[in-house]
Parts: sequence; structure tokens; C-alpha cells
Amino acid sequence: MKISQMQKLLEARVLCCEENANRHVYSACGCDLMSDVLAFVKDQAVLLTGLVNPQVIRTAEMMDMICIVFVRSKVPSEEMIELARESGIVLMVSDKRLYEACGLLYQNGLVGNKVKG
Amino acid sequence: MNEVLNFHFNVDGNDFTSAGQASIQIKKNLRRLGLDPETIRRVSIAMYEGEINMVIHAHGGEADVNVYEDRIEIILKDKGPGIENIEQAMQEGFSTAHDQIRSLGFGAGMGLPNMKRYTDDMKIESEVGVGTTVTMQVNL
Repeated sequence: MKISQMQKLLEARVLCCEENANRHVYSACGCDLMSDVLAFVKDQAVLLTGLVNPQVIRTAEMMDMICIVFVRSKVPSEEMIELARESGIVLMVSDKRLYEACGLLYQNGLVGNKVKG
Repeated sequence: MNEVLNFHFNVDGNDFTSAGQASIQIKKNLRRLGLDPETIRRVSIAMYEGEINMVIHAHGGEADVNVYEDRIEIILKDKGPGIENIEQAMQEGFSTAHDQIRSLGFGAGMGLPNMKRYTDDMKIESEVGVGTTVTMQVNL
């Protein structure tokens, strides 16, 4: 799934690195506990979270993720946006809840580590 | 490469939001050395969790990353309160972090187990009231 398609499905607003929105992602992770993301995520390019602090960006960077979706209309600070911009990570904000946002992506083909267009 | 390549960082313990800067820098440095992405990820995640620990528990400390021909060594040294019971600290879910840290997505008792998970060897030397040194090795 393209990041731009995720944006449409989640009715999300892109905050930075829109130039990378044509990249494909094949799996995602929905989580508010960053240590869990660091422990169990592998080759998942997207993080959906309701947590807003700079460690979210650093965690994504550590995991080589290329997109973060902030759910429940949580808006990251300028500092966070700048950190993401430095790493080329697409940031977006959706007013969906975490469960619904993950469900929408899953239903539309973003299902784990299998390769899907 | 016979010479050891050393990267040294002072980890500022005053600000949780800036924790992780050394690990981000190490990730960049290792990328420049052309190491494989999986190794880079393992080293930087282990160091990141360690760095977060130093900020949460020990008011910062010092981090050294030594790149040898066959392995990468990460040494994290602090002068914090020390770990009373290392065996207990290694259990997933055990944590002494306060609620504010938990609300930031850490402090769930995953840090040390994650560091062990991502490295080939991990040693913890700690003395209560003196400090803690964690030494990790990732084989190349």
C-alpha cells in the first residue's frame, strides 16, 4: 500500500515529508508503548500511535520506519516534526482512534509482513 | 581493520525528551561504515534502550561504542543509584520507573530484556550507590 493511500483511508493530514508519500509499505504496527515497538516489530514501516513525544520519532528512526500516524487528532510539536524531517519520516495526523485506524488499513490490504501492492 | 574505532558520547541526564541523540548519531556513523542494516539496527536499538535507562535512572552518563574487526562493543557507564537485584531487573515487566516515564512510552520493564535480545553478549556490573556499567557485544 502506498503511504498516500493510507492517508486517504485514514482521512489524515500530512505534516512533513509528503515527497515520500509515494513509497510503498507492507506492514504496520499500532502501539503506545515504545519499548514494545522496539522489542517486537520487524520490517514494519509504519507506526500508528496515540503517544506524542520526541521519543516516538526516535523509536521509528531506530526501527527504520518511514511513516508515523498520530491517531485521535494528536498533533506533534514543531521539534518532533523537525526530527522527522531530518530522517525523511512522513508524519500524519488522523482523527480516527487507534483501533479503527489499524482496522481500516488491515481491511484494505496492509496485513503484516506479506508483500501487497 | 586492526585499529579500534571509538565513538564517545556524554549522555545528558537532565532532559528525557532529548534522550536517544547518541544512538541516532551512532546509527548514522555505522551507516557510513557500510555495515549491514540488521547489525546497525541491533546496535542502535540496544544502545537506545540503554541511553533511555541512563536518563531515567541515573541522571545520564557516558557511552562508548568500539568497532572491532569482528564485533561492536557498546559500553554504557553511569554514576547512578545502581541496581539492587540484577536478576530481577532482567525480568520482562519489572520496572522501578515512575509514572511520568511510563506515560512517555517507556518504563515498562522492557529495556534491559530488549538490550539482551538484540546483542550477542551483555554484562551488567553494578554497585548500589556507586553506579552501573553495561557492556554489550554484537558480533559482525
